[in-house]
Amino acid sequence: MIDTTLVVNGTERTVPTEARTLLVDALREGMGLTGTHVGCDTSQCGACLVHLDGAPVKACTILARECEGAAITTIEGVADPDGTLSSVQQAFQDHHGLQCGFCTPGMIMAAIALLRDVPRPTEAQVRHYFEGNICRCTGYHNIVKAVMAASGQVVEPVGA
Amino acid sequence: MYDFDLQRPKDLDAAIAALADEGAQPLSGGQTLLPTMKARLAAPERLVSLMGIDALRQVRRDGDVVRIGGAATHGRIADALADLLPGLADLSARIGDPAVRTRGTIGGSVANNDPAACWPAGLLACDATIVTAGPDGTTEHAADAFFKGMFETALEPGHIVSEVQVPLGQAVRYEKMIQPASRFALTAVCVARRDGTVRVAVTGAGGDGVFRWTAAEDVLTDRFDAAALEDASVPAADALLSDIHGSGAYRADLVAVLTRRAVAALAKD
Ligand SMILES: Cc1cc2nc3c(=O)[nH]c(=O)nc-3n(C[C@H](O)[C@H](O)[C@H](O)COP(=O)(O)OP(=O)(O)OC[C@H]3O[C@@H](n4cnc5c(N)ncnc54)[C@H](O)[C@@H]3O)c2cc1C
Ligand code: FES
Ligand code: FES
Repeated sequence: MIDTTLVVNGTERTVPTEARTLLVDALREGMGLTGTHVGCDTSQCGACLVHLDGAPVKACTILARECEGAAITTIEGVADPDGTLSSVQQAFQDHHGLQCGFCTPGMIMAAIALLRDVPRPTEAQVRHYFEGNICRCTGYHNIVKAVMAASGQVVEPVGA
Repeated sequence: MYDFDLQRPKDLDAAIAALADEGAQPLSGGQTLLPTMKARLAAPERLVSLMGIDALRQVRRDGDVVRIGGAATHGRIADALADLLPGLADLSARIGDPAVRTRGTIGGSVANNDPAACWPAGLLACDATIVTAGPDGTTEHAADAFFKGMFETALEPGHIVSEVQVPLGQAVRYEKMIQPASRFALTAVCVARRDGTVRVAVTGAGGDGVFRWTAAEDVLTDRFDAAALEDASVPAADALLSDIHGSGAYRADLVAVLTRRAVAALAKD
């Protein structure tokens, strides 16, 4: 084991790692940040998506030591410290963009990354961007709606 | 996955030195290698990461070629080629998903030469040169000679793909039928046209990996029109890949349809 230092959600954190330790395990096991989920562990589902220096990565498919010194943002770093949801999180709640919630951390992190590059995406752009995020519950329509709404576009409200 | 020794060199010479030991293997984006290691289909004793070598991550124009570093990511290439070679930028922008494109590299893709990968088709169609580096210096390979078969290339052990050079001044179109589970190409075709010469490369169909559909190239070089393809004999279905996702006959049909679409799109521009 050697110490690996990451800047996670703005705070420097040091954890012992093996060469084979994946970023997702350093976050979950090493730091107790269990908001980042492992859906497949085979790079397919996007539940483990976090930001590495602002860009989306699958935390199950990158070695922790490859991130030495880098800035990592996880779902725990998205809401305000007082618990107020970010606009993307709030839009997911308002538009029923989740059911069981398992895929949601990855969906939120993907949405934030998309909206940073493309502030007002078309529906086609949203669907293309989310190709690597799998949801087994919602059928995606409300996820797409939530992302469109978070970008300030008018979407049809969902009946409760 | 089993543990290993991880080296993170800062320059090419240090990487080549670290790869000299038997049991050492390059690591780039890890988007293929890490899943393979998790499945215990590979168990290298040492991984030498190329991602910390800045010189390998650049994309720059140099006269009438664009030089793409071996460790340049699909995402960076898509941005850098948007004006120079929009057709190849589009190929890069549709590999996998955004997170795969943040990490996955062109060098890893061509070294792996997956029979359904995108870059081998793009580079073969564009008549690119693949540069490999080893203890004795660098070697340039024409794409035609580099891609040898399924998961097989001219790359020697201990060597790395350091650069890919693509000639500018060509019109390129990549048509990809996505295999929805893997996001790879079920079958895809890249058509490139330069100075009246046309090259057509096919991935996700060849029983022996990426290949050129030369019969189509001949008719299209004479007359660049989708209708001309009716005179080109389609690759024989029994020589093509056949699996649960599609039979050889289905793939043969896709090759014809995707080529027609690519030519129609290019003819319009
Ligand atoms: C969900 C998903 C979807 C994908 N979809 C597509 C797709 O649509 N189209 C597509 O083409 N690919 C796709 N890929 C594969 C992706 O493009 C990989 O990034 C690529 O195949 C390998 O690049 P890498 O940098 O990740 O290489 P790695 O995984 O790091 O390495 C792959 C192999 O190449 C060797 N290697 C790496 N770099 C070099 C080098 N510079 N020189 C010599 N050897 C080297 C390694 O030792 C290893 O054997 C997908 C992957 C995933 C996980
Ligand atoms: S857990 Fe990482 S992609 Fe599914
Ligand atoms: S809400 Fe259950 S998997 Fe997406």
